[in-house]
Amino acid sequence: MLQSAAITPFRIWQNAGPTTVDQPTIEHETRPEEDLDLPWQVVVHNDPVNLMTYVTMVFQRVFGYPREKAERHMLEVHQKGRSVLWSGMRERAELYVQQLHGYLLLATLEKAG
Amino acid sequence: MEICRRKDEIEISELDPFLAELLRQIPPSANPEGVPAAEQRLFSPPANDKDAKICAEWKLYVEPELRRLFQTATETVADDLEQLNGSEKSVANRTLRIPSKHADAWLSALNQARLVIAAKYNFTDRELGDHFRSPIGSRRDLSLFQVNFYGFLQEFILRESDASQKAPED
Repeated sequence: MLQSAAITPFRIWQNAGPTTVDQPTIEHETRPEEDLDLPWQVVVHNDPVNLMTYVTMVFQRVFGYPREKAERHMLEVHQKGRSVLWSGMRERAELYVQQLHGYLLLATLEKAG
Repeated sequence: MEICRRKDEIEISELDPFLAELLRQIPPSANPEGVPAAEQRLFSPPANDKDAKICAEWKLYVEPELRRLFQTATETVADDLEQLNGSEKSVANRTLRIPSKHADAWLSALNQARLVIAAKYNFTDRELGDHFRSPIGSRRDLSLFQVNFYGFLQEFILRESDASQKAPED
C-alpha cells in the first residue's frame, strides 16, 4: 500500500483548478502468483443438442468474431470436442463464460498451461 | 403449417392443433424442475472440479442471475403463446405472430426446452440426428420429434434474424 497525503473532498473542492492537485491514493491489490503468471482460457465444449448455426451466432455476439472465425471455432468444438475461444485476464474470461452460459453453451474457465 | 417473416414479426400460420399444442408446451418443457440431469445441464459448472472456489462463487452469485434470465425468456414466450389459447376447435389453423424483438427470448426458451427434453430422455447423438422419425410411437419418439420441431423453429428464427440485420428495410 502506498502512502499518500490525506485527501478530503472539501480540500479538493477548495483547490479545484489546474495548478494544485493533491497526491492520489493508489491502492494495491494482492493476488495469488499463479493468477498473474498464467492467462485464463475460455473453453467451449461439444454439445449434441445446440444447433451449429446457433453456436456460431453466439460466438459472433459474445466475442464479436466475424462469421468465418466463429464458424471455425464452432467446427472445432463439433469435431474435436472443445475449442479455446479466448485467453487473457481472469475477470474478462469469467465474464465471457457467464455470457456463454446465458446462451446455454457448455463453457468453462481454465488456466492456460 | 407456414412460417414466414413479415416486417417486424415472424408469422406461423395454418397451425394444426397438434403443432399448436407442441408450441404451447415450450414453457413447461423448458422447466428443469424434478429432472436432475436437466438441472445439471442448464446450470453446468463454469470450471472443472479442481476449481471448487470458482464453482462455489458461481453458484452463489451467477446462477441466480441465469435462472432469472431463463425465466424471463420463457415468460415472454408464454405471453406470445396466449394467442393460441382457446378451445381445440378454435385453435385449428390459428396464426401465431412473434414480434422480432422477442426473437432472442424465443431462441432461449426453445433452447432450454430442447436441452431439458434431451437430458430427460438421454437421447443419443444418433437419435438427435434422426430428423425423420415419426412422432407416432412412444412418448420418447414424440419427445424426439418435439426437440427436432423446436430446432426447426430455432433455425428459422436465426435465419430470419440474420436476414433482417442484413436488409433492415425489408
